[in-house]
Amino acid sequence: MYSDKVMDHFTNPRNVGEISDANGIGEVGNARCGDIMKLWIKVEDDVITDIKFKTFGCGAAIATSSVITEMAIGKTIDEAEQITNKQVAEELHGLPSVKMHCSNLAAEALVAAIEDYRKNVAANSAS
Amino acid sequence: MNEIYMDHAATTPVRQEVVEAMLPFFGSEYGNPSSVYGWGRRSRQALDQARDKVSELIGAEASEIIFTSGGSEGANLAIKGVAWAYQTKGKHIVSSAVEHHAVLDSVLWLKKQGFEVTIVPVDEEGMVSPAEVEKALRPDTILVSIMHANNEVGTIQPIKEIAEVVRGHGAFFHTDAVQTAGVLDINVAELGVDLLSLSAHKLYGPKGVGALYVRKGVRLDPLIHGGAQERRRRAGTENVAGIVGLAKALELAHLDRDEENARLVKLRDRLLEGLQQIPHTKINGSLVHRLPNNVNVCFQYIEGESMLLNLDLRGIAASSGSACTSGSLDPSHVLLAMGLTHEIAHGSLRLTLGRDNNEADIDFVLQEIPVIVERLREMSPLYQR
Ligand SMILES: Cc1ncc(COP(=O)(O)O)c(C=O)c1O
Ligand code: FES
Repeated sequence: MYSDKVMDHFTNPRNVGEISDANGIGEVGNARCGDIMKLWIKVEDDVITDIKFKTFGCGAAIATSSVITEMAIGKTIDEAEQITNKQVAEELHGLPSVKMHCSNLAAEALVAAIEDYRKNVAANSAS
Repeated sequence: MNEIYMDHAATTPVRQEVVEAMLPFFGSEYGNPSSVYGWGRRSRQALDQARDKVSELIGAEASEIIFTSGGSEGANLAIKGVAWAYQTKGKHIVSSAVEHHAVLDSVLWLKKQGFEVTIVPVDEEGMVSPAEVEKALRPDTILVSIMHANNEVGTIQPIKEIAEVVRGHGAFFHTDAVQTAGVLDINVAELGVDLLSLSAHKLYGPKGVGALYVRKGVRLDPLIHGGAQERRRRAGTENVAGIVGLAKALELAHLDRDEENARLVKLRDRLLEGLQQIPHTKINGSLVHRLPNNVNVCFQYIEGESMLLNLDLRGIAASSGSACTSGSLDPSHVLLAMGLTHEIAHGSLRLTLGRDNNEADIDFVLQEIPVIVERLREMSPLYQR
């Protein structure tokens, strides 16, 4: 039921793990199925220079996590923030319709990590 | 790649002898059993013989067997049929929280039609207690439906005891024996049930055929109206080949049932023991009252579908009660009814063994699973080493 690209990212997920000196962390849960995704980003001069993920979820959730790390790396945070769940699904050559919601998880986790980064920056400049 | 099938609770391969018994009825013996000429008479005879055999194997009379399209139809016919026929007597139905959806959704549909429904809970092993059933019974209870053994966790229910309680209250008792037919004794007099449904494809017979036992004297409104087949309780030209296959499969299952069960129990326990070596693993269901072929475990911190995909990449066919595999995005209602959290139920894996499995299969699975679990845990945000 999954495309070859989904299976490729599922079997060889890119950028799994954590970043010890991350300056943005996003964690989101999927209200519909109970899955959880956590994303670490390292931002330098507004550019995402490193990104890692950990996911507790289905094959599609793991594949979308993996592919969004590839899509986001090297982008500015403003650009990365614009990545939609539809683009994530397209990048994976489509997802079964019952699995479309899994791609929300990836897009939301990235936005959450960027928001966390912005909050951290604001807190640092305030002090 | 070597493929290992460990999902026999989902379906089973059709045994060669069964295929051979069915073949003539796709070929030269194509007559309609209702026809008067030779072709018809020969089909009728095959149908009668199959009915005799099935009824004999479950301790019933031939006239008490209705052939159906499988377990789902059997449950629907038993539940809706009795409810409609007896609704003037009462409109209360009792069932359990761990039933197959064929039963549960039939009962819930009747609720929408104005019937009242009590769903009895189960304990942490998935067991229904006769005392809970007794508590649920009311003067207007017309039907109780409790499965013989659960398809997900393999827990075998105390059907005899429950049947006694139900009989004492004058309600009818249906049991879904889809997972036990051909495996356990389903003699209807011994069990004390009024209705019992079974399905051929779970016992090495063909898909799309089953039987419903209805004790003499129990009335039933049909689901399918039309011709006079099956004593007017199920219209439609009979699936002769399928019915012949069902009878043959049930007969074969009974021949070496005890030896096969003993063999499966040994394999099952070897598998259970091996899986228990993996940290943070929980075995689901009863260890004592358990189907000989059922293994059901939860691996904490991982999700079932990603487990299944990894197993499939290794050639192993299994199933899971995870929300992500269900299509409905809710985890198994069985595991939740047993008190498991959403999160734990997510990591459930069911392996159900069968005639084609051997010790080497178990060892291969035991070699692969710990690697997959470890790999997925490494990827899980919930897991701290
Ligand atoms: C316990 C139980 N009841 C009913 C059914 C439905 O049977 P069938 O697939 O023949 O409709 C199944 C199998 O899916 C089952 O495991
Ligand atoms: S994340 Fe649960 S179904 Fe995909």
